[in-house]
Amino acid sequence: MNYHWNWGVFLEQVKGGDETYLDWLIAGFGWTVAVALSAWAIALILGIAVGTARTVPNKWLARAAHVWVELFRNVPLLVQLFLWFFVFPEFLPRELSLWVKQDMPAKEFITATICLGLFTSARVAEQMRAGIESLARGQGMAGLAIGFTLGQTYRYVLLPMALRIIIPPLTSEFMNVFKNSAVAFAIGVLELTFQARQMQEDSEQGIETYLAVTVLYFICAFVANRGMALIERRTRIPGYIGGAK
Amino acid sequence: MLSNFDFSVIAPSLPFIWTGLKFTVQLTLIAMSGGIVFGTLLALARLSSMAPLAMAATWYVNLMRSIPLLMVILWFFLVIPLITGKPLGAEASAIVTFTAFEAAYYSEIMRAGIQSIPRGQVAAGEAIGLNYWQVMSYVVLPQAFRNMLPILLTQTIILFQDTSLVYAIGAKDLLKAAEIAGKNYNRPVEMYVFVAGIYFVICFSLSFLVRRLQRKIAIVR
Amino acid sequence: MNKAITLLLAALFASAPALADTLAKVKDGGSITMGIRESSYPLSYLDDKQQPIGYHIDICNRVVDAVKAKLGMPNLKLAHQPVTSQNRIPLITNGTVDIECGSTTNNAARQNQVAFAVTTFVTNVRMAVKKSSGIKSLAQLGGKPVATTTGTTSVQLMRAHEKGQGVNFKEAYGKDHADSFLLLETDRAVAFVMDDNLLAGLIATSKAPNDYAIVGEVLNVEPIAIMVRKDDPAFKALVDDTIKGMMKSGEIDKLYAKWFMSPIPPKNVSMNFPMSDKLKELIKAPSDAPAEAYNKK
Repeated sequence: MNYHWNWGVFLEQVKGGDETYLDWLIAGFGWTVAVALSAWAIALILGIAVGTARTVPNKWLARAAHVWVELFRNVPLLVQLFLWFFVFPEFLPRELSLWVKQDMPAKEFITATICLGLFTSARVAEQMRAGIESLARGQGMAGLAIGFTLGQTYRYVLLPMALRIIIPPLTSEFMNVFKNSAVAFAIGVLELTFQARQMQEDSEQGIETYLAVTVLYFICAFVANRGMALIERRTRIPGYIGGAK
Repeated sequence: MLSNFDFSVIAPSLPFIWTGLKFTVQLTLIAMSGGIVFGTLLALARLSSMAPLAMAATWYVNLMRSIPLLMVILWFFLVIPLITGKPLGAEASAIVTFTAFEAAYYSEIMRAGIQSIPRGQVAAGEAIGLNYWQVMSYVVLPQAFRNMLPILLTQTIILFQDTSLVYAIGAKDLLKAAEIAGKNYNRPVEMYVFVAGIYFVICFSLSFLVRRLQRKIAIVR
Repeated sequence: MNKAITLLLAALFASAPALADTLAKVKDGGSITMGIRESSYPLSYLDDKQQPIGYHIDICNRVVDAVKAKLGMPNLKLAHQPVTSQNRIPLITNGTVDIECGSTTNNAARQNQVAFAVTTFVTNVRMAVKKSSGIKSLAQLGGKPVATTTGTTSVQLMRAHEKGQGVNFKEAYGKDHADSFLLLETDRAVAFVMDDNLLAGLIATSKAPNDYAIVGEVLNVEPIAIMVRKDDPAFKALVDDTIKGMMKSGEIDKLYAKWFMSPIPPKNVSMNFPMSDKLKELIKAPSDAPAEAYNKK
């Protein structure tokens, strides 16, 4: 192996700057967490709403929700990101378009967060729909029979059950959101993958760089997994198979 | 903006993009078949009563699910040549990586499928004198596979989209081919819009088929 | 966990076969692998039949001929491996690629990992702007978004310049050169800082070539060279001698004219990029000195 190892590289100063490579990675880690958590908030709110809408009796609402899901889950994330960043602003009025492109604060971060949020919302919506549909039909009917309106049936009967049932499958999606946030480098968000590429090129110590970044991503996914497991234990529904474990 | 689009560059790039699409489909099919086979074995290992085997399989699955695919692709590409002493080339490396990576995801699906079979069926199989492998291959797995088919296929649609990440090691898939064409003609926007359309049409048709299949299976059951 | 992986990797690397002798490796394997770029205009890129072409590809093909002659293997197999600026160095060191024919700057940090043949092209790092913006110098960029490509040496140069001159611009990053140019084209950035030959190529193939100009001071002079494995003097000598021979015979000048001064595929547009004085000097007196030697202040 002709590789020139240098494990001290993380404490070295970057070229033409005062920080160390470790500072870069920490900053990148921060942006990765910020993008992932903000996108997850968007995905949860929209995903639960859209997933619920897919199960309502109103055909048009259900159909619109279906279109939403198909649109956002059938195009690769990287391509969607590109369309949001380069194509979408061109359809805005000229003044607004220029503002979005040049002066909007944190424009790369906002674009990446919205894009990842919408992409993930389609997947959350599918889990939500499956959760509601997995409930015995009798539950909804019982709600209506005791005089609840449709809204009340959802609010007091279906949603509280479904939200607890879908926590295990949502764990995977939550882990995915951290991993998927890596595409944000493509439009110049200064997150972990971006910093890895920059550090690799700047220091020429590729293997050390990729190893450090892999470990940092692993930590994100691991913490996300444990956090969801904790919530899962707290909200488990007695009497269901998952509850017996 | 749309009036500024210059779609004339698409026609000369079509043969180029077609080879990319062929590689994407090929990679998806191989990784799917390999992934389901290894994934099923992993699921059986996780459910087995041999503790070390179950633990090793659990670790493998959790590790693969915790690292971004992009990193896994890079690692396999950079590290495999060091183990074997022989470089694999981008295409072969992509196939090995996706099979190993997707196996972790397919194994989670197969595990859920196996666990959905009532215990009594296993007991019944054993009662009529079948051994472990016979119970699995004649009783449990066919049903688990059938029940999980729609979810396995949905995962395959995700796999189809994920293959776009092989750009990192220079294998030429659909997205990469479109990107190269876009760069050679300096028309990236047109190419991205075009390729988004291709992905959408293919993935949407597939998920439509999965839904129909789901209904069909549900009735039979 | 981290430690376990480290130990594992260390064990793997220790057991890996020595790759230092490229000629022996090529002879045993019966094939040589050329690392190529997909869009490093016009040094190394793909034509519309997916075949690698370009100035550096032509030079490398001559090197491969020399390898065939040296080993007495006229039927030696030639493979092409596309590389990126992220993986080209690991791929050289791990043996996937034997000779990289792209657009790699020869600098001191890289010489820790790899070796370079004599310099075959010299690029100046400058900026492309829209003519309508009226920008002529870096000093005019204060507070404005400036594009560059992630993980290129231009990023370091901009950072250093920012510190030295007190000009504070906002950086915008494209993931590759085409994306960075798109940042400029769609007004997300007012300037794009990059190697001037790449800028000239992007402008020549853009929708409105007359709208753009390459302006401003030269941020850096960078020798671009073909890359080979480190500590393999026999192979490096073979590569160097082949290239020096081409420089002496005038073949390099012909190749330069073919790729930089005449219409080239896929759009049959000419780059119109005359040879710099620095490269003319280097053809007379070949050198493999790193970029640091060119930019002593």
